[in-house]
Amino acid sequence: MLEQILLSLGYIRPEVALVFTFLSAIVADLVTQRKAIVAGIVLGGLIATAYYVVEQVGLNVSTFSNMLAVDPFSVFFKCVIIGSSILIVMFSLTSNEVNSSLRRIGEYYALLVAMTTGMFLMVGSSNLLMMYLSLELTSISSYILAGFTKEAPDSAEASLKYVIYGALSSGLMLYGISIIYGLTGALDIYSINQVLAQGGTGKIALLIAGVLAIAGFGYKISAVPFHFWTPDVYQGAPVTITAFLSVASKAAGFAMLMRFLKVTFIDSTVLNVPLGMWATIKGYELTNVIIVLSVLTMTLGNLVAIWQDNMKRLLAYSSIAHAGYMLLGLTVLGNDGFAATMIYFVVYLFMNLGAFYVVMLVANKTGSEDIRDYKGLGSRAPLLAVAMAIFLVSLTGLPPTAGFIGKLYVFAALIRANLIWLAIVGALNSVVSLYYYVRIFRNMFLRDAEERAEPLTFEFSNTFILLVLLVPTIVLGLYFGPLVEFAQYSVAMFGVK
Amino acid sequence: MIPLDYYLVLSAFMFCVGVLGVVVRRNAIIVFMSIELMLNSVNLSLIAFSSFLGDPTGQMLVFFVMTVAAAEAAVGLAIIIALFRNKQTVNIDEINILKW
Repeated sequence: MLEQILLSLGYIRPEVALVFTFLSAIVADLVTQRKAIVAGIVLGGLIATAYYVVEQVGLNVSTFSNMLAVDPFSVFFKCVIIGSSILIVMFSLTSNEVNSSLRRIGEYYALLVAMTTGMFLMVGSSNLLMMYLSLELTSISSYILAGFTKEAPDSAEASLKYVIYGALSSGLMLYGISIIYGLTGALDIYSINQVLAQGGTGKIALLIAGVLAIAGFGYKISAVPFHFWTPDVYQGAPVTITAFLSVASKAAGFAMLMRFLKVTFIDSTVLNVPLGMWATIKGYELTNVIIVLSVLTMTLGNLVAIWQDNMKRLLAYSSIAHAGYMLLGLTVLGNDGFAATMIYFVVYLFMNLGAFYVVMLVANKTGSEDIRDYKGLGSRAPLLAVAMAIFLVSLTGLPPTAGFIGKLYVFAALIRANLIWLAIVGALNSVVSLYYYVRIFRNMFLRDAEERAEPLTFEFSNTFILLVLLVPTIVLGLYFGPLVEFAQYSVAMFGVK
Repeated sequence: MIPLDYYLVLSAFMFCVGVLGVVVRRNAIIVFMSIELMLNSVNLSLIAFSSFLGDPTGQMLVFFVMTVAAAEAAVGLAIIIALFRNKQTVNIDEINILKW
């Protein structure tokens, strides 16, 4: 036992680095008045963590008696999460909204690291207890961060709604876990898989438990009908946190759901599988459940986004719709589909963070997030408007941007699995999404600002971060071979084919 | 010995009361109490299962649930105070800047 723990410690260097960063950020916040030091420590710590994550590429082990897996799958998602954390810290350095509460800014960075730690644990969890705890670590930190600008009434309101929906869905998930534990006598998903494979477990009870557990996952990835918190929280939270929730937190939720689906329901005794899908245990064919979730999620997200005037709220609904596209990849319960979702995440990281960064820069200068205040942005800040246009084209999924590649692989996986009608539904949804993205274009380029507005000027650091996001959005649309290979390699999870 | 079913029925009943409380009650503090009730019903069923299966894992999970529930309540109450300073109310119906 002790030996196992000592051995495992060597495999969790990124998490240990994060915890140290968290502690040093708190101490630094106490002893120094210059908050830039805290930000520096956090940025340094995150970069060190990124180094340790890269070091883990190629590992495929399970640590702490099957609590936490360190496998290509978790390392892939850790890359996505650490990448977005570093970008969000850089966003925060230039955000007026966050820096307006200068006295508490140290806590902000510390909690950001705590949230990253939670997400790192989420992507590796292979035990229901671990899943619950890491989900809560992420959630509790994000409740506080969503209400960070507590003087703003909408921020406090967003935070309250977040905590109520979050606690409700984690309660539902926990009840599901307790039933699963009662039926199978195990919390470890590998053991649960073996018990299910033997058969004889009460189907109805297990179905209820499964639906309850899905509520926890669905809340984290904001899938319909567990999405109610998303628009409110995204609108009320500081824009940096909104961007972070929309990418990293969703990635962690998806990783946890994918691992749960694959490990728990795969039937590893069947060797020949048709259409590149895994054989699931008889009686647990989940494809239809995920199809319903996915179609509902993307359709509702896209349709409601049409009526939004607040940019953060519009992007919130757009991110719900994107969760739907990613769920499409999961409907193909096979390596193709999972790899497609993973490719989508990398692409989504750049384009979605980019769109939120533009919203943040505009809000820094004009103090407004209203779509009507984007009128004439094309002449006031040409670089910003062009960048926004590219991010939106990519979010729609048009070539030659990265968003096209993301959608292409998802649809290709669907067609290969004979789910052509689902691919058509997805494509139709992209057309709907074009409508509200075009509204932003039209305001930026075809309408003049109402009164003579000054041109907006930005500092070099803003332009630099913008380019960091813009270049991959274009380049990944043209040169995506390595990304696809890395994703296909990373589908492998510990203990399953 | 009391059969397992009794515990499970009680736990399911407590859970339903909790969910109903979250959905129906308008006072944010009562909503939080209902959430605590939900979590405690889970604890009850976990302990019942654990004792029935003769396996301590379930009881271990209960400790974690209690700790997390405390953390969640602490954060939730802090948020309610922040909101109360802004709006002088904890009624959920009056907290409605953000909708649709």
